[in-house]
Amino acid sequence: MPHDGPDHDHSAGSELSPIALRVRALESILVEKGYVDPAAVDAIIETYETRIGPRNGARVVAKAWTDPDYADWLKRDATAAIASLGYTGRQGEHMVALFNTPTTHNMVVCTLCSCYPWPVLGLPPVWYKSPPYRARAVKEPRAVLMEFGVMLPETTEVRVWDSTAEVRYLVVPMRPSGTDGLNAEQLADFISRDSMIGTALAGVPA
Amino acid sequence: MIGPQDLGGREDFGPINPEKNEPLFHAPWERRVLGFTVAMGASGAYTGDQSRHQRESLPADFYLSANYYDIWLTALTQLLKRLGMVTERDLAAGRGVDAPLPAKRVLKGADVAAVLAKGFAYDRPATTQAAFAVGDVICTVSNPTPGHTRLPAYAMQKRGVIEAVRGCHVFPDSNGMGQGEDPRWLYTVCFMAEELWGKPGPDRVCLDLWEPYLEPA
Repeated sequence: MPHDGPDHDHSAGSELSPIALRVRALESILVEKGYVDPAAVDAIIETYETRIGPRNGARVVAKAWTDPDYADWLKRDATAAIASLGYTGRQGEHMVALFNTPTTHNMVVCTLCSCYPWPVLGLPPVWYKSPPYRARAVKEPRAVLMEFGVMLPETTEVRVWDSTAEVRYLVVPMRPSGTDGLNAEQLADFISRDSMIGTALAGVPA
Repeated sequence: MIGPQDLGGREDFGPINPEKNEPLFHAPWERRVLGFTVAMGASGAYTGDQSRHQRESLPADFYLSANYYDIWLTALTQLLKRLGMVTERDLAAGRGVDAPLPAKRVLKGADVAAVLAKGFAYDRPATTQAAFAVGDVICTVSNPTPGHTRLPAYAMQKRGVIEAVRGCHVFPDSNGMGQGEDPRWLYTVCFMAEELWGKPGPDRVCLDLWEPYLEPA
């Protein structure tokens, strides 16, 4: 056992970082104890890497822009209206859609953790989970919006929604002008993730 | 509890610095943490509120500086230790040394799509009348519990208006402490920014608050 010197540990000679080793250790324990099926871990990762992301939300918004009956349904019962497009489940069990208007701009935060509407937006970006956004969004939303390049008239009400329960919020941005002839699939290209969090406007590159 | 997680309104965190074209994960280990944290969340061994409470019980210096997936990893490790599902000996060895506890449920790979799509609804049948209606003016209580709560410090003892009644939902203050779901009426309540921060203007902040957090104004 030439490697077993007194200073030897699992990380010696490993190219994995300390945290990667901690992750591997815990995953091994969970699998060996039978708590976790490794195939489930792979399937969960694959789901959020390939199937669930902000394109889902963009389809919801584009449909609301092009179909007044759908927009009305989305206002009244967002959970059902969004489910009708196939987007349901974890971190989106109770959905509410917030429609931006010329007089009200909506913006979503979770000051207490990282609540985010996974079925329509996927996994949250790092900044959404980080202390600066969580601390500042509720107190100085206009300064935050300026950092994202959004300047609103002083008369526009900024309404910040702090996701403190299991209700998840999707912002429906205003449809940009000059998009009249486009169909829903083309319109989806104008709808960024940030515009559905409320830190951007639709049709403006993030 | 007003722990390190209770960030709303805190000063001096600096700019937000969103990353352009941010990748979904920044290292391969983050993917694994997402995967097994979500898988364990479906095991029924603990509630999502208990996970949150474990995370907010982490030391402030760690919580405020760590990679968010490290917060998940560290809190999950502590929670599983507390429940006896993982032991010090397992962790020291980096593998399952001690016998496992009986598992309530194990999420199988083939069931992932259906389980994720179904989710976990938090609304429950009402057994009481809602105390408040849309348009009512309410006052929030001060810190209602030393344990887990979803009433942030910045919204304590403030006057707001009921914007929506969301139905009866699992009460995190109970569920997060392992004391059962104890469903309570949930409301969206909007507060004028001036009420919260003392600065006049048209802006509002809306939160989802359970009935025990609210009193008639």
